[in-house]
Amino acid sequence: MNKLHTLAISSVVALSAGVSAAHADKLTFYCSAQEDWCQLMARSFEDATGIDVNMTRKSSGETFAQIKAESANPKGDVWWGGTGDPHLQAAEENLTAAYVSPMRDQLHDWAISQATSAGDKTIGIYSGALGYGYNTELLASNNLPEPACWKDLLKPEYKGHVQMANPNSSGTAYTTLASMVQIFGEDEGFEFMKGLHANINQYTKSGSAPIKAAGRGENTIGIVFMHDAVKQAVSGFPVKVVAPCEGTGYEIGSMSIIDGARNMDEAKQFYDWALSTDAQNLALQVNAFQVPSNKGADTSPSAPDMSTIKLIDYDFKTYGSSAERKRLLQKWDEDVSVLPQ
Amino acid sequence: MIFWIIAGWVGYLILPWYGVEDGFFSFEWLIDGYPFDDDYAPAAFLIGQGEKLWLAPLLLPLLAPLLVLRLKKSDPNYARILILAGAAGFAWLMAQGFGIGIRGFTADWLVALFGELDDRQYGMGYGGLLVASAFLFLFTQGIAARGAINGDVFVVSAIGGVIVIVTTFVFFPIAKMLFAAFVTEDGSYSAMVFASKFFDDRLWGIGCLYGARCGAAWNSLFLAITVGVLTTVLGLVFALVVTRSGFRHKRALRALTVLPIITPPFVIGLALILLFGLSGTVTQFVSDLFGLQPTRWLYGMPGVLIAQTLAFTPIAFLVLIGVVEGVSPSMEEAAQTLRANRWQTFRTVSLPLMRPGLANAFLLGFIESMADFGNPLVLGGNFDVLSTEIFFAIVGAQYDQGRAAVLAMVLLFFTLSAFYAQRMWLGKKSYTTVSGKGDAGVHPLMPKGLAIPVFLAAGIWGLFTVVVYGMILYGSVVELWGVNNTLTFKHYVTAFSVRIEDSGIRWSGAAWDSFWTTIYIAAAAAPLTAIVGLVTAYLLTRQTFAGKNAFEFGTMLSFAIPGTVIGVSYILAFNVPPIEITGTGIILIVSFIFRNMPVGVRAGIASMSQLDKSLDESSLTLGANSWQTFRKIILPLLRPAILAALVYSFVRAMTAISAVIFLVSAEYDMATSYIIGRVENNDYGLAIAYSTTLIFVMLGAVGLLQLLVGRTKIGRRTQFGSGEKP
Repeated sequence: MNKLHTLAISSVVALSAGVSAAHADKLTFYCSAQEDWCQLMARSFEDATGIDVNMTRKSSGETFAQIKAESANPKGDVWWGGTGDPHLQAAEENLTAAYVSPMRDQLHDWAISQATSAGDKTIGIYSGALGYGYNTELLASNNLPEPACWKDLLKPEYKGHVQMANPNSSGTAYTTLASMVQIFGEDEGFEFMKGLHANINQYTKSGSAPIKAAGRGENTIGIVFMHDAVKQAVSGFPVKVVAPCEGTGYEIGSMSIIDGARNMDEAKQFYDWALSTDAQNLALQVNAFQVPSNKGADTSPSAPDMSTIKLIDYDFKTYGSSAERKRLLQKWDEDVSVLPQ
Repeated sequence: MIFWIIAGWVGYLILPWYGVEDGFFSFEWLIDGYPFDDDYAPAAFLIGQGEKLWLAPLLLPLLAPLLVLRLKKSDPNYARILILAGAAGFAWLMAQGFGIGIRGFTADWLVALFGELDDRQYGMGYGGLLVASAFLFLFTQGIAARGAINGDVFVVSAIGGVIVIVTTFVFFPIAKMLFAAFVTEDGSYSAMVFASKFFDDRLWGIGCLYGARCGAAWNSLFLAITVGVLTTVLGLVFALVVTRSGFRHKRALRALTVLPIITPPFVIGLALILLFGLSGTVTQFVSDLFGLQPTRWLYGMPGVLIAQTLAFTPIAFLVLIGVVEGVSPSMEEAAQTLRANRWQTFRTVSLPLMRPGLANAFLLGFIESMADFGNPLVLGGNFDVLSTEIFFAIVGAQYDQGRAAVLAMVLLFFTLSAFYAQRMWLGKKSYTTVSGKGDAGVHPLMPKGLAIPVFLAAGIWGLFTVVVYGMILYGSVVELWGVNNTLTFKHYVTAFSVRIEDSGIRWSGAAWDSFWTTIYIAAAAAPLTAIVGLVTAYLLTRQTFAGKNAFEFGTMLSFAIPGTVIGVSYILAFNVPPIEITGTGIILIVSFIFRNMPVGVRAGIASMSQLDKSLDESSLTLGANSWQTFRKIILPLLRPAILAALVYSFVRAMTAISAVIFLVSAEYDMATSYIIGRVENNDYGLAIAYSTTLIFVMLGAVGLLQLLVGRTKIGRRTQFGSGEKP
């Protein structure tokens, strides 16, 4: 009798185990890169593993807001792409989980230092340098000189020709602000922002909007990440990319696993896969010109050559922290954004 | 009554108590560990296993109604037990739902009282939902048994049901959001936080008077008033052209005014950029012609103003056409007999009688402009308005829910004030001109001095609309706008390509996912909106009960609340138990129902007031109860109203963006939010191609509807005949 009982229980257990194994594996994937890249990553991961991927693309700010709003009850599993600051912020607020991938030895140092500065809660997947691009036709038709340095943008003849995103809503613009503070020192950096403010025709909401507007001929100079500018040029728009002579800051596009993910195993599987050369080579198919973090991955000939760009030693730990970010943004709000243009 | 007692027990004993993670309509739980698995177990099984013991007290109010079965309806204990059991059950259900969340107790004082709770619970599922409705309807049956509304169970239950769902999906989220405005960073409440966010220079600054920038609140207010006035004037112009002139192509004009209603919201903004932007077609042409330096004048207030005027004029027109037609010609003829000339007649008789229409049209334009999200996003430049500020307070790098809540309160204050001002202005004067007496007059033509500017305005607007839509169509079939104007269908192919494989059709286009979701959500929301709206309209026109005015205000409130506010408040309210529906399709459907319900209510009230009450009375005298009367007499006569509500909510569900942008998720992405993503990505071709497709899909839906409405009109006569016979 007893034996029968055990048998019955074990068969029930086996049955239910079998049923749950038959469950399709799935992954909820928050993506903050460009749409076609996100699509390609999701579909390729599905093809590589057979795991169903549910992908939402939102900007890194939106995704951070969503993860924070859902923190009591996480819905997402893995968050891939977008500038590193919100990933660091999420790590700081314990919204993401620590994970050490076996793929680490294949990565560039900057990708791993991103991870160690956040207690292994995020990792670098690509990097891109800040710069600007201009519409060559508009520059010519307005008889403007070709700019080459950050300080060139302060010249009065560029009044109404420069566009950047609002640092309050865009990670790109915040990186710009933090880079200026690091290149010129805080006081001079803010003086630079004030001078720039006089020439700005619009603070856009999204980070890459200024160069897109420049591509369409709605704006002359856009301060953006260089790979975004390169993409416009490759798409056929008359855009020229500039690596400013004073040196420049950069971003590290990151990836994190969401704390309390419902599909933790699949999330880790994705994480490892996303660091592989196969996954990182996909970028070239969608004209994403960032530098991949895997040493073995291919780079595009159109991509800006990182070795020729003067990069500053960007302090991600300090300038990625919530407190410093809040302070700088508030100072920008009070000292810069209210000035008449 | 027995039905609801059984329903309560089914909900408690058989259905899974908590929400099933895979989705409301997924039945995988049936084969996956049910009924013992924690995630899928019914309440009774949970308690049997010694878990979630706080659900146990619900047994008592479930048992109590069983006593009633042996009592007569007239027994005072009958009503008393039902009311007590229903109220106690419902109250306990709410209390435990709000008291215990994902991390144990939700409030500090509960922890202080009972100590730390090791357990936790997720949102309610089928079981919880069914038990809650059972308690609610047992309660209303009790109330009815006590003699409320002549003991009419159907009416009392309907009132109770509408009150509960409106409270849950309108008042509760709004209240939750208002509280968020007072939360400090460490989670406590403080009025200072509210004050510091409220008296912010970015909100109320008046810098634009001296060269700097104005606050978003002033910008929004100024823009909304201007748009309200402009759309009302233009709407009136069109109404006059259609009703009071010899204009021949009235049908074409009507068709033209329908277009913007079925256009996804930011498409007009895109077309304007392509026409008038720095490198726009018109800008280039004009600057070449006159040797002027092109400017970015479009970005900011002018662009938003033009786009909103284009988009919202048709709404004003639709409101005004009925009113302008309704002004009794006999009044105007009387004025003319008294030797007033055409102009005097128009100014002193016709125009004042149109006041209700003008006020309504202005109000609609005002609210639509306040809530509009797409146009300011695309064309706003440095012109900040409340709706976009709210969005970026939530999604921006500064992530500040409190600020979003404060901004939403300001927005709500503006729209409610406008609502109130409109009522004040109309006052209690009578504008009735349509009476039972025959009215065989003919509307006089417009005075000459008015006709010329009216035709001019209508002509310019009409031409402008044609050009804008021509551009939209053209923009969807060129390679890369402004750079490479080769004709191509590649955007349609990218969006809507279909591959045929061994396993069947594979929808490989990038847009299919969001397209099907949108159709599915819109199709699910439309009938529900119509039902809720019509039942409410029935209660408002046909029944009298205490608190009816407050009831009416509550059901209309969600109309005055801009979509952005709804979106934010839904996120705040429904991401945690007891109702946990963010990230599902249900939250989208629910938001559409309560956004569009007021239109169903209005349409229902309008047509129900045309039906003579004696119809219901004769049905009731013949022994039918009010449910049978509603279903067999009123409902069939309401077909036009039902269809109007259906099409309106279907179209709105496909074009709405302001609330949707907060509520979409990985699985449920809507067309409008997908398109705005493409726009952000400079992918204008795809965005416009998708929008064009949506326009044609909606045209098809509207056409189908008109066909159905046409049929009902013919069928109506026979229904009148057969409806009276039995």
